[in-house]
Amino acid sequence: MAQVTLRKVVKAYDGGVQAVKGIDLDIADHEFVVLVGPSGCGKSTTLRMIAGLEEISDGEIAIGGRVVNDVPPRDRDIAMVFQNYALYPHMTVFDNMAFGLMLRKFDKAEIKRRVDNAARILEIGPLLERKPKALSGGQRQRVAMGRAIVRDPKVFLFDEPLSNLDAKLRVQMRTEIKKVHQTVRTTTIYVTHDQVEAMTLADRVVVMNGGIIEQVGPPQELYHNPKTRFVAGFIGSPAMNFIPGRLENGAGALRIHLPGDIVLPVPAERTDRYKALAGREILFGIRPEHLTEAKNLDRPHVAPMTATPEVTEPMGMETLVHFKIQGAEICGRVDPGASAHPGRPLPMAVDMSNMHILDPQSGRVL
Amino acid sequence: MSATAATSTYTPVERKQGSLKRERRWAMIGAYIALAVFVVFFMMPPFHMLMTSLKSSGEIADLSGNPWLVSAPTLQNYWELMTEGNYLIHFRNSIIVTACTVAITMVISTLAAFALARMKFWGSTTLATGVFLTYLVPETLLFIPMFQIIGGLGLYNNLWAMVLIFPTMTVPFCTWIMIGYFASIPKELDEAALIDGAGHLQMLWKIFIPVALPGILAAMIFAFTVSWAAFIYPIAFLVSSDQMVLTVGIVSDLIRADTFQWGKIMAGALMAALPPLLVYAFLMDYYIAGLTAGATKG
Repeated sequence: MAQVTLRKVVKAYDGGVQAVKGIDLDIADHEFVVLVGPSGCGKSTTLRMIAGLEEISDGEIAIGGRVVNDVPPRDRDIAMVFQNYALYPHMTVFDNMAFGLMLRKFDKAEIKRRVDNAARILEIGPLLERKPKALSGGQRQRVAMGRAIVRDPKVFLFDEPLSNLDAKLRVQMRTEIKKVHQTVRTTTIYVTHDQVEAMTLADRVVVMNGGIIEQVGPPQELYHNPKTRFVAGFIGSPAMNFIPGRLENGAGALRIHLPGDIVLPVPAERTDRYKALAGREILFGIRPEHLTEAKNLDRPHVAPMTATPEVTEPMGMETLVHFKIQGAEICGRVDPGASAHPGRPLPMAVDMSNMHILDPQSGRVL
Repeated sequence: MSATAATSTYTPVERKQGSLKRERRWAMIGAYIALAVFVVFFMMPPFHMLMTSLKSSGEIADLSGNPWLVSAPTLQNYWELMTEGNYLIHFRNSIIVTACTVAITMVISTLAAFALARMKFWGSTTLATGVFLTYLVPETLLFIPMFQIIGGLGLYNNLWAMVLIFPTMTVPFCTWIMIGYFASIPKELDEAALIDGAGHLQMLWKIFIPVALPGILAAMIFAFTVSWAAFIYPIAFLVSSDQMVLTVGIVSDLIRADTFQWGKIMAGALMAALPPLLVYAFLMDYYIAGLTAGATKG
């Protein structure tokens, strides 16, 4: 087991393109960290640099306190699970899992003990004599994880391991991965573009964008206290709504004036935080679940507004309503019994205690 | 309206399916006719060879007989080839030269293809193209400079000169086939092997060769065919009958001035065609798979 440290790590390609622009990251022993971000944000490159599959252009990577910049992958004591499983097609499941141990000259009894143990954890005991082509996608993914587990490495690296699975299997395998981590407690770095995977698996989530780290923190912190518009918009599904508006000071209280003459009061306990911003153009951020049908209007911080849905999406346990405020696309979550119909005005409520105010220029959450 | 619906027995979908069946039947008939013509056309020479090889010299010389039929079949030509002359020596020489050529080719091509396909280094793409370009230089241009080299090495009229020369014909194309095949193997497979602790040679031996076996067999068949059928270099460099391979041995020993021993020539050629035939029969599926993968994914 080991901690992983990245210091000012840069990856630049020929032609001067920088995929990773000097990131710093500390991953603790036993921690499950998820790197998440859109395509091209540098998350996979970062993982591959930790694995030793990509050379780093600048900076320093340490695993277990040892700088590994010039250490080949086989000597870094890491194991990696790939998106397309990367199982050796000519070997049986047993041989696939045992391959790394055989190369490291483990004796046969020890290899068998480790493979059997991993097979028990992953419930793939009956598959050990099969070849990969005789396995389903989920089984292949388990074998790929088994291959990592038997090595008992310092760090597990997962590169979008669930992307090739169908939606149902993905949910199932997500749980399996979490169970495995709870069992073996190996430091894990997991790359995904799926923020749901990131939120459900991670002890801490690292949100990357354009080769830099936007924010690092536990899933709930990222969800409730994003620091940038990118994080606020990336984490959460459906995404947070952003509506341009103005912060006004009126009658001793702060108000947010949105297009269409919608005026929403800022909760009193946040007045001190925002009063210096009075009179400024701002970006008002609110998550769809805090924009619901009119209910609890008597509670503090809940402000009324009326919306005319253009589209409604019944999801079973809730209905998503989509409407526009002066051109800005807005999404709210209402109860299925709220009688939300396209074109019919719907009284709604905004939970202002969960609002966010952002600087429209820098995108920082204020 | 209901009556109309009741009497209607077919639907547009059924009509379409019927039309598809008919189209398929005509396509199949056309394909079979084309194949039949093809088979007849290409089987005529070997059939003629077989018939001639079963005839006595007298029957061959008798121009009044039907060249496609044998009136008194005999294995005399085959028997004489096996018991007299150097045919078996030529056969043995061909086997030695071909086996050595295939072995040398596979070792060089596999290593070269692995390096060019996977170990990206400065100039690797140019080098890969260069390897293929050498294949395009015809033997007829090369055998004069080659003559000087072989002479300088003291290998003129020596069987082992062929073992040295034939790989120059086989290595470039085999390397090219295998570059394509190796390139079609997912990159993650070697990355997984690297992380598992494999060095490059272990990766090649334990992962690439087993996974790329169809491509390797395709290259092997190509090397075998080229080496077995080579004619220009053997006829240029081998002069003694005991050093000759089949291709030149047959024409040298069985044609004396204007005397052609047609029966033996045909019998010898037919028996010489057997090894490639057997190799193709057993490995044809791999050969096609290998060539296809190399062509489309490389």
